[in-house]
Amino acid sequence: MSDIAIKVEGLGKRYHIGANQQSYKTLKEKLTDTAATPFRALRSLGRRNGHHSSNGHKSKAEMIWALKDVSFEIKRGEVVGIIGRNGAGKSTLLKILSRITEPTEGYADITGRIASLLEVGTGFQPELTGRENIYLNGSILGMKHAEIRRKFDEIVAFAEVEKFIDTPVKHYSSGMYVRLAFGVAAHLDPEILLVDEVLAVGDAAFQKKCLGKMGDVAREGRAVLFVSHNTSAVVSLCKRALLLTSGSISMDGPSTDVTASYQFEAAGLNLNQTTDLREVTHKGSGKARFLSMDLQANGKSGQPIHSIVTGCDVLIETTVSCLADIQDANVAVIVYDSNGYRLIDVNTALKGDFLSMQPGQEATIRFRLKEVLLKPGSYYVGLWIGRGGVEEIDSVDYARRMDVIADVESVRHTEVFPGAYLCKFDSMVETN
Amino acid sequence: MNTEFAVSESPLALGPSPAAALPTLRIAPSKGWVPLKLSELWEYRELLYFLVWRDIKVRYKQTALGATWAIIQPFLTMVVFSLFFGHLAKMPSDGIPYPIFSFAALVPWSFFANGLSQSSNSLVGSSNLITKVYFPRLIVPLASSFSGVVDFLIAFAVLIAMMLYYGLLPTLNVLWLPLFLLLAMVTSLGVGLWLSALNVEYRDVRFIVPFITQFWLFVTPIAYPSSLLPEPWHTLYGLNPMVGVVEGFRWALLGTKTAPGPIIAVSSTAAIVILITGAFYFRRMEKTFADIV
Repeated sequence: MSDIAIKVEGLGKRYHIGANQQSYKTLKEKLTDTAATPFRALRSLGRRNGHHSSNGHKSKAEMIWALKDVSFEIKRGEVVGIIGRNGAGKSTLLKILSRITEPTEGYADITGRIASLLEVGTGFQPELTGRENIYLNGSILGMKHAEIRRKFDEIVAFAEVEKFIDTPVKHYSSGMYVRLAFGVAAHLDPEILLVDEVLAVGDAAFQKKCLGKMGDVAREGRAVLFVSHNTSAVVSLCKRALLLTSGSISMDGPSTDVTASYQFEAAGLNLNQTTDLREVTHKGSGKARFLSMDLQANGKSGQPIHSIVTGCDVLIETTVSCLADIQDANVAVIVYDSNGYRLIDVNTALKGDFLSMQPGQEATIRFRLKEVLLKPGSYYVGLWIGRGGVEEIDSVDYARRMDVIADVESVRHTEVFPGAYLCKFDSMVETN
Repeated sequence: MNTEFAVSESPLALGPSPAAALPTLRIAPSKGWVPLKLSELWEYRELLYFLVWRDIKVRYKQTALGATWAIIQPFLTMVVFSLFFGHLAKMPSDGIPYPIFSFAALVPWSFFANGLSQSSNSLVGSSNLITKVYFPRLIVPLASSFSGVVDFLIAFAVLIAMMLYYGLLPTLNVLWLPLFLLLAMVTSLGVGLWLSALNVEYRDVRFIVPFITQFWLFVTPIAYPSSLLPEPWHTLYGLNPMVGVVEGFRWALLGTKTAPGPIIAVSSTAAIVILITGAFYFRRMEKTFADIV
C-alpha cells in the first residue's frame, strides 16, 4: 500500500460548453438581473459552476465529460505513458492531478511531492535576465530558494547558456529559451513528475538530452506520468502506458501493446468484415462516394486464405455510389505504412479502365494486388476516385487497416529484415 | 462539509524519502465554503516574495519615469486640490496648511487606489500561471497589494520632505502610523480579493474599477476634512474604511485636532469584514478560475 504514488478512483471532469461558455458574463447584466429578480440573483452569487443564466431561466447549456470514471494506480518508481488522440482528456487528467482544476467527481490520492511540467517556461518574464528567471521559474514550479541556489550551476550547464545568463531573456533565441526553461524543470526533485508533451519543442539533440534526463529521473525511483504523442519516446521511456479514449481509459498495459493499439485505431482486423465507409472522413468534391470496402487474400494457388501473408494476392472490392454526373473517373487503391508513407498506388486508369456514372447509380470496382511482398506489419489502405490532376471526387485516406503476417515457410526472411518490400531474388556466392 | 486536501506536502531535502515519511494528499471535489488554508500561504511565502519582486522589477524596468511615477500622481493631485479646493474655495483643513493636509491623505490613498487597479486584474493577468501551475491563488492578489508598498514608501519620503518644508514635526502619535498603513493594506487587499475574483467571471469589472476608484476618492475625506460632518454621521462615515486610514494618517503625522477614536474602530471593523468575506468568496470561486480565466 505504501508503494503506491498515485491512486485515482472514479475521476470525472465535466465542462460546460456552448453558448453559455462563450460570452463572459458582464457585471452590468448581473446587476440589472439583480434589480429585476433580487432573490434569484442573490442565490446565484457564489454558485461556482461558472455558468449563470443572464435572464433568470436555465439556458440550455451543453455539458461534456472530459473525463469519466478514470481509475488507475501508479507505483513509486513507475514510468507510465499516457497516450490518446487530441481531446481524449490527457491534459485534463494532468491538470486535475496537478491541482490546477478540480474534479467533478471521484478522487485522487497523491503520496509525495508532485511537480508538473505542463508548459515550458511558465512565468518567464522577458525583461528579466536568465539568472532571475531561473529563480522565478524555479520558485513557480515549487523549488525552494536554497534548492535553486544549490542547483543553479547545474541548470545553467544543462541549458548551455553560461555566457548569456545575465542577459534579459527577451534577447535569447527560441532554442536558448527552451533549453533554459527545460533546464529549470529538469532539476525539479519531486517524488512524482507529471510531464505534458513539453518535449515537442527543441531540436533533436535537445530532445535526446531531455529524454535522457527524464530517464535519469525514472531510474532514481520517481514516478513519472508522461503524456506524449511521440510514441517512440513513450515506448523507450515507459514500460506501461494508458490509452485514453474520449475521457476514459480504454487500455492499460505494456507500452508496446498500447502504442500499437493507439496507432492502429482505424479499423478492425477481420477479413470477413466489410468496412462501412459511410461514416469515416471523406475528402473531395463528393460527386461520388465510397460506400464500403472488402479485403480478401488469396494464396499462391489462388485459394482464399484467412490472413494477408507476405507474397499473397490481396483482393480489394469497393462499392461507389454516384450523386452527380462523373465522366472518365479513375479509381485508385493506396497502401500506406504506419508512418503514412505511400508504398503502393495502383489505379484503374493504368489499365485503361475509366468510370462514368450518373446520379443514383452504384458501381463495384475490384482490384487484385498480385504477390504483395510487404514485410509483416500493419498498413493502411486508402481509396481515391477522381480525375488525375483535375478533380478529386472522393478520397478516404485510411479506409481500413491491413495487417500482413509472415509467410510460414519463410518466417525468418520476412520478419527479420528491415526493408519494406521483400523482393524475390537469386544470389550466388563464389570464392576465388 | 468539504473533503478537500488532507495534509499539506512536506518539503524534502534530497531524493525520494522512504514511503513511510510521505504524507498523502487527497484531491477531490470541494463543496460549499472552502477553508482559507492560511498555512498553505505560509508554505508558499517564497513564491509570494518572488511574485512581488517580479512585479516591482518589471514595473521599474519598463517605465522611463520609474520611481517618479509613484510621486507624480499624488503630488499633482495635491497641487490641483490645493489650488481649487484649498485656495479658491477656501476649504477648511483642520488647522493645517491645505497642501499638506491633502497630500498626507493622498499618499495612503494612492497606495489603496493602485492596489485596487492592480489586484482587480491580477488573476486574469496571471492566467498563464494559473492554468499551468498549482499554488494558492490567494497569492496573486496578495502580491499585487504588496508590490504597491515600494511606491508608497517613495511617496512617503516626499511627504516627510514636505512636512519639513512646512516646519511641521510629527508628534508621538506617529508611532501609530504603521497601524494605519496596515489598515490601508487590509482594505486594499479585501476589496482587491472581491474584485479579482469577480473579474474572472465578469470581465467588465476591470472597466468599472476606475469609476469605483474615482467615486471612492470623493467619498473619502481627502480634499475635505471629515469634521465637516456632524455626529452621528461622522462616526458612521467610518464605514468607508479609507476614512479611518486617511484621518488616522493625518492624526498620526500632523496631529490634527480630531482624535479619531470611534471612527477608526468603525473603519477597522469594516475593513476586516471586507477582507474576511472577500477571502472566503475568493476561495469559493477559486475552483473555477483555471477553467474560465
